Amino acid sequence: MKLAYWMYAGPAHIGTLRIASSFKNVHAIMHAPLGDDYFNVMRSMLERERNFTPVTTSVVDRNVLARGSQEKVIDNIVRKDQEESPDLIVLTPTCTSSILQEDLENFVSRAQLNSKGDVILADVNHYRYNELQAADRTLAQIVKFYLEKAEKKGTINREKTANPSVNIIGISTLGFHNNHDCRELKKLMTDLGIEINMIIPDKASVEDLQNLPRAWFNFIPYRELGLMAAEHLQREYEMPYVDITPMGVVETARCIRAMAKVINQQGGNVDYEELIEYQTIEVSEAAWFSRSIDCQNLTGKKAVVFGDNTHAAAMTKILVREMGIDVVLAGTYCKYDEAWFRKEVEPFCDNILISEDNGEIADAIAKLEPSAIFGTQMERHVGKRLGIPCGVIAAPIHIQNFPIGYKPFLGYEGTNQITDLVYNSFTLGMEDHLLEIFGGHDTKEVITKGISADSDLNWTKEAQAELNKVPGFVRGKVKRNTEKFARERNFDQISLEVMYAAKESVGA
Amino acid sequence: MTLAQAPVTPELNFECETGNYHTFCPISCVAWLYQKIEDSFFLVIGTKTCGYFLQNAMGVMIFAEPRYAMAELEEGDISAQLNDYNELRRLCEQIKRDRNPSVIVWIGTCTTEIIKMDLEGIAPKLEAEIGIPIVVARANGLDYAFTQGEDTVLASMANRCPKEAEVNTEEKEERNGIQKLLNFGKKKEDTATESEYKQHHPLVLFGSLPDPVVTNLTLELKKQGVKIDGWLPAKRYTELPVIEEGYYVAGVNPFLSRTATTLMRRRKCKLIGAPFPIGPDGTRAWIEKICSVLGVETQGLDEREAQIWENLQDYVDLVKGKSVFFMGDNLLEVSLARFLTRCGMKVHEIGIPYMDKRYQKAELDFLAQTCREMGVDVPTIVEKPDNYNQLQRINELQPDLVITGMAHANPLEARGISTKWSVEFTFAQIHGFTNARDILELVTRPLRRNNNLKDLGWDKLVKS
Repeated sequence: MKLAYWMYAGPAHIGTLRIASSFKNVHAIMHAPLGDDYFNVMRSMLERERNFTPVTTSVVDRNVLARGSQEKVIDNIVRKDQEESPDLIVLTPTCTSSILQEDLENFVSRAQLNSKGDVILADVNHYRYNELQAADRTLAQIVKFYLEKAEKKGTINREKTANPSVNIIGISTLGFHNNHDCRELKKLMTDLGIEINMIIPDKASVEDLQNLPRAWFNFIPYRELGLMAAEHLQREYEMPYVDITPMGVVETARCIRAMAKVINQQGGNVDYEELIEYQTIEVSEAAWFSRSIDCQNLTGKKAVVFGDNTHAAAMTKILVREMGIDVVLAGTYCKYDEAWFRKEVEPFCDNILISEDNGEIADAIAKLEPSAIFGTQMERHVGKRLGIPCGVIAAPIHIQNFPIGYKPFLGYEGTNQITDLVYNSFTLGMEDHLLEIFGGHDTKEVITKGISADSDLNWTKEAQAELNKVPGFVRGKVKRNTEKFARERNFDQISLEVMYAAKESVGA
Repeated sequence: MTLAQAPVTPELNFECETGNYHTFCPISCVAWLYQKIEDSFFLVIGTKTCGYFLQNAMGVMIFAEPRYAMAELEEGDISAQLNDYNELRRLCEQIKRDRNPSVIVWIGTCTTEIIKMDLEGIAPKLEAEIGIPIVVARANGLDYAFTQGEDTVLASMANRCPKEAEVNTEEKEERNGIQKLLNFGKKKEDTATESEYKQHHPLVLFGSLPDPVVTNLTLELKKQGVKIDGWLPAKRYTELPVIEEGYYVAGVNPFLSRTATTLMRRRKCKLIGAPFPIGPDGTRAWIEKICSVLGVETQGLDEREAQIWENLQDYVDLVKGKSVFFMGDNLLEVSLARFLTRCGMKVHEIGIPYMDKRYQKAELDFLAQTCREMGVDVPTIVEKPDNYNQLQRINELQPDLVITGMAHANPLEARGISTKWSVEFTFAQIHGFTNARDILELVTRPLRRNNNLKDLGWDKLVKS
């Protein structure tokens, strides 16, 4: 047992449902007790979805517990098949069905006999995988299922398209800014003259999956979702893939060059250097920003980054490599993919934190006292408590992270968005700083969050007043450093002089 | 079965569907109960699925250092490689160290049911060992829906209410020293005003309500000379009311049938079966029933109710003649439907997760009576509804308002059907005379929105 207040990644079935509900005309049936269909609420609220979420529950109640589901699951599948004629029904196990150990596979094959659509059982174990891993597995499973089906029917289409083309794999519902990223990636492909063969799972039809092998290569924008499907396609159909996330100027260029290589290896003849240069100078403002006075002022400022693998790694590189900011800590909650994260960020940050415990991350932030945080909604709240601005860069997210306005994180427009996000986070802190230097809007009492708030040291009136002038987000640190300095030298009172001396000695 | 019980309320028509409907998991009750019972700590013993639900359902509350946590079961717990007792002791000791609560409430979930974790057996032993009361409530999705979670918790707490003889003043004083001090002045005041109350048997009310609503209902009864001797739950666990054999008890919410049963059978109380104090009509009927059972003559209720209705007139005008469809998810449906019928609305269907015809008898009778008086057909009450079928019916009926969960609200709005999110009725203050306006505030909101946007021509935003 583990005492937990908060979790970064959801349970496995959420991942399966995200994939199922991303496809067109696919229905998921959860084998779960009443109330576990919370996914529908999340999708309806967060994505502000106009359509009913194609997820229903085959309810596990007391009777099921006593006698087993018997015909119930099968009836529910067959009923849904008749009501909505989906192309595919995905039977989704939950934590409850994991322990009941019913033969769901058997239910699926029996339901298949009476259903027009296809029926599969999502192959995910609640106790082994989290939301992200389960999504990756389910997507691969569906891709594999339809390719094998097409092989058997002989309808599979292996003939490559005339022009270079790509499958974009991993755009899904409830993904962080996924719909904006998708639009940006489409635009990027158009600019590169690459045809889009398919985008999956987002709004794709499962019947079209047999056309996947027509693309020249696969593109996996996010580390967490799509890699398993891409590896399967590489194994079975010798399709190469590019898995560099085009987030930030440098990485976007690297991603485009990798695509060029993959295309040219297959007899294409493309050179994107000119385009990269044009986009970097003219479309993206990020390169220019990094030279500007605004960014110069950020040099050496401290930041903490935390999130999923894709966004935390990319953000760390952007902050360090493109803006000269000091990332004192980069972390991820994708424990299962720890090695990849370490390899990606090792050269760029002082410390690495791999943890699913929000308390541990909050403590690290409190200790490091960065000028800005880039994290999830949880880190935003930590920042709020500590008075440190935070830009949200990864799920878990709230409704405000599903903006209606165009806000991609990927591609060249993405670099612009990230520049705004970073700069606004830091200037927010700066503004605060300037306000307080000039006395602020009001004369509030000093608020210290540190343990030294009730210290044995006396502050003279003048020193206290001076301390009050220190901007809120560093005041605690100044107070602690000054007191530490005073203790070491056996001062029992902190006067203005002691304060200045402390500042000179430790830079408080 | 329906036939056999039909004579109870002959006019009403009951149906039962498949139970394929959307509702909140009953563990959500920790969200409001930990806030209500200030010295409690709720430990939900379940899986990531439970935790994810709570985290998402409670939104920002989760960031406010809540007095609840998950005891997240891992594979070793499921396969009994780890010892339940030792694991729970470890976590509860940590909770005691970090928070020092006066009670730890264990919420059993689907998983603890399936693996048959003996929470009721472990709790007394652990309680003796760590010295903090442990209350066990099985608020799981296998057996219950949404607000019934509170019912399971209060039923367990009912067993913990002291009997007069048992009250150990010394212990209480120690635990509750500061609170006592604070209350000292108030206690005196109470005795001074004792004469305002009529002579009647002790009365304890049950149901968790926000403190302002508690005060409000207390004053409302005080006006009639009725004294409330205690409230289950109280603000603090250490202040649970004394319950003796023969006490009268009355519920304030329609979903508290287990608590009522426990109070009657285990604590030998007499239940006052009344409609619930939701809407001015319900509040009046509730007070009248309590007074009549306690032998207290009511005064001024006519004027009081009329005054409230007068204040509601602008909202009543808005809803009059409009139709409403309850999809059903929180068991408040019958009381709300009765109130809205009185406001002049036509109720198509009352979906409800679970219908206790005995506990809700007075409310059901009141509904039938209201329909008769308002000259409208009695609605069908659909127990364990089937959301898919309901959506077909909604499509056919095109009601003016659908009261439903968030899973269906946006998709219905996109199809031109106005909706109100049902969960808001659980969290808003809806009890008593004073809060009747809040109910209508909620109910009329989509209708007022419609009035504001009516000329824009984009009611339907999906092709159906």
